Amino acid sequence: MAEVKAPEPPASSAPEPGKRKGSLLEQLWNGQIWTSIFRHGMPDTPRNRTLAIMSNVFLHLHPPKIRRSGIRMKYTWCMGGLTFFLFLVETLTGVLLMFYYRPTAEFAYADIVSLREDIPLGIMREIHRWGAHAMVITVWLHMMRVFLTGSYKPPREFNWNVGVILLVLTLLLSFTGYLLPWDQLAMWAVTVGTNMARATPVVGHEGPGASLLKLGDISLVHAGSDVRYALLGGRFVAPAALLRFYVLHCVAFPLAAATLMAVHFWRVRKDGGVSGPM
Amino acid sequence: MELPKFYTDLVNAVVSRAAVFVILSSVGLVLAMKYYRVLTKPKVAGPIGLGAAFLLFISFFDPQFKTVATLPDNVPIIMMVASVTFFVWVAFRQMALNDERLEKGLPPKEAEAGEVQKTFVWPDLVYIEFICLILFTVFLTVWSIALKAPLEQPANPAKTPNPSKAPWYFLGLQEMLVYFDPWIAGVLLPTMIITGLMMLPYIDKNPKGNGYYTFKERKFAISIFMYGFVVAWVLLIFMGTFLRGPNWNFFGPYEPWDIHKLEPLTNVNLSEIIYLQVLGVGMPRNWFIREIWGILLVLGYFVAMPGLLARFVPMFREFYKQLGMIRYSVFIVHLLVMGGMLIKMLLRWTINLKYLVGIPEYFFNI
Repeated sequence: MAEVKAPEPPASSAPEPGKRKGSLLEQLWNGQIWTSIFRHGMPDTPRNRTLAIMSNVFLHLHPPKIRRSGIRMKYTWCMGGLTFFLFLVETLTGVLLMFYYRPTAEFAYADIVSLREDIPLGIMREIHRWGAHAMVITVWLHMMRVFLTGSYKPPREFNWNVGVILLVLTLLLSFTGYLLPWDQLAMWAVTVGTNMARATPVVGHEGPGASLLKLGDISLVHAGSDVRYALLGGRFVAPAALLRFYVLHCVAFPLAAATLMAVHFWRVRKDGGVSGPM
Repeated sequence: MELPKFYTDLVNAVVSRAAVFVILSSVGLVLAMKYYRVLTKPKVAGPIGLGAAFLLFISFFDPQFKTVATLPDNVPIIMMVASVTFFVWVAFRQMALNDERLEKGLPPKEAEAGEVQKTFVWPDLVYIEFICLILFTVFLTVWSIALKAPLEQPANPAKTPNPSKAPWYFLGLQEMLVYFDPWIAGVLLPTMIITGLMMLPYIDKNPKGNGYYTFKERKFAISIFMYGFVVAWVLLIFMGTFLRGPNWNFFGPYEPWDIHKLEPLTNVNLSEIIYLQVLGVGMPRNWFIREIWGILLVLGYFVAMPGLLARFVPMFREFYKQLGMIRYSVFIVHLLVMGGMLIKMLLRWTINLKYLVGIPEYFFNI
């Protein structure tokens, strides 16, 4: 990123010396507080528009200028952006939900009931759940768009791969969150989902090759030692699984996703921005 | 209002036969890809879309469909199917337009002078993002006010719901559990979906179609992707949601979920077909002799087939030349597994085949 030089007086709207200050809005605009935050004038000149992007830590995700085809809704469908936006929504609502939720078999269900019954106008759980579903959909559509525009081709091969991992993380985030309400829907959906792990080749106790790992007569891979046991912290979807899924859902996966997102966005820039004809 | 019986009966009869439903959908996809230029014209696509929306609308008058479709967690599936359909149209419409341009010797729309020209992110892009953000927030808020998040009875390990379904985005994999052992459906296939996606940029050596919509220049890649995403993923999710009822039986979309529905099916292994039905000699004791035919068949599919394709099919010969031995093998194995899924489903539906290779001694069944 190019460096932004020390605060120069805003080019377009600085008051001329000796003149009286203008309206309240202009005073605010030219005041010390505003200019200490935004070190550029009204973004109506090429210079200020560039500064508006480059001197803002959030906006400088973008380049100052971009190929026109790359901002067409018809081209990008805005799906990557929406996915990121939904990740932020999930983070925000998720943090709020964590104030009310205890991940133990004793309290989990009751806390969700109280979220529904006791919190006036509470829609945070709804936003969180529907946002999660929406994020799964937008991430698929984003993948489809990237595929159909051939945007995984060189030089973007690596970033496509980062995207694939992010796609998997999105599904894992959604899946681990599915258990947390601790109702029948949650428990059995996760039971169905994790049952497959017991059939993992070699390391699942019902998987092909598991019977090969033996010490004499003692089987090393059994229901109490296989990969499903590690995932659930037990032989069944039980309180230990609830805690594990909670920690994965609230800490591990979001951190991993956030890290990879940083790489993903950075690489979009480094690989030449939103794809376009070579 | 009730739906006319002849209509519900017809739809149930067609759709509740899984083989017919999936074959019709696949044929539909092939035809759609063949006639994409005509079908994506607004004059044609509009009425088709309206017709589909109308069918969806009247379906809500059917009590069974309504019950399933209005389950809170199933609402996103309808949105997913609708939005995937819509965006497939958006993409293929642009492909059709671009392909016409390419045929005339013009560059694709995205390469036009006005499009290549750079524009300021502030305000042009930032405003688009901002408007998207606002609209989506409104959409999400309205959705959340209108529809409560589901909460069923407290978790009870002693009470298994029937049917027990995985979260909706995994229903395609759960569907695969019907045809394959869990180590394939639950472990191998998801792994291969991920590795398949990851290897894509290193397998697709076609330099064309990078950064613009085109179908003509990359027909093979797009066809395979559309089959994988639309049929093998989205369609199976739809099936798992709307057509799979109690005891994981197959139901029509308007067919009440009768918990006592019995499908008198006896699935047989390939070895049983060979030794009992064809040869009539009884099952051999030794598992290797018993399963040798299936093993040969599977090996033939995964080992001999790639070689034969590379030798005799011009398109694959070209792939082999471009990719070399290792990349070609990786590519072809993924492709054959994807095709194998469909083959196994069809074998189950037509001749009730359970396993091609069944070695329960080692938990190894294909």
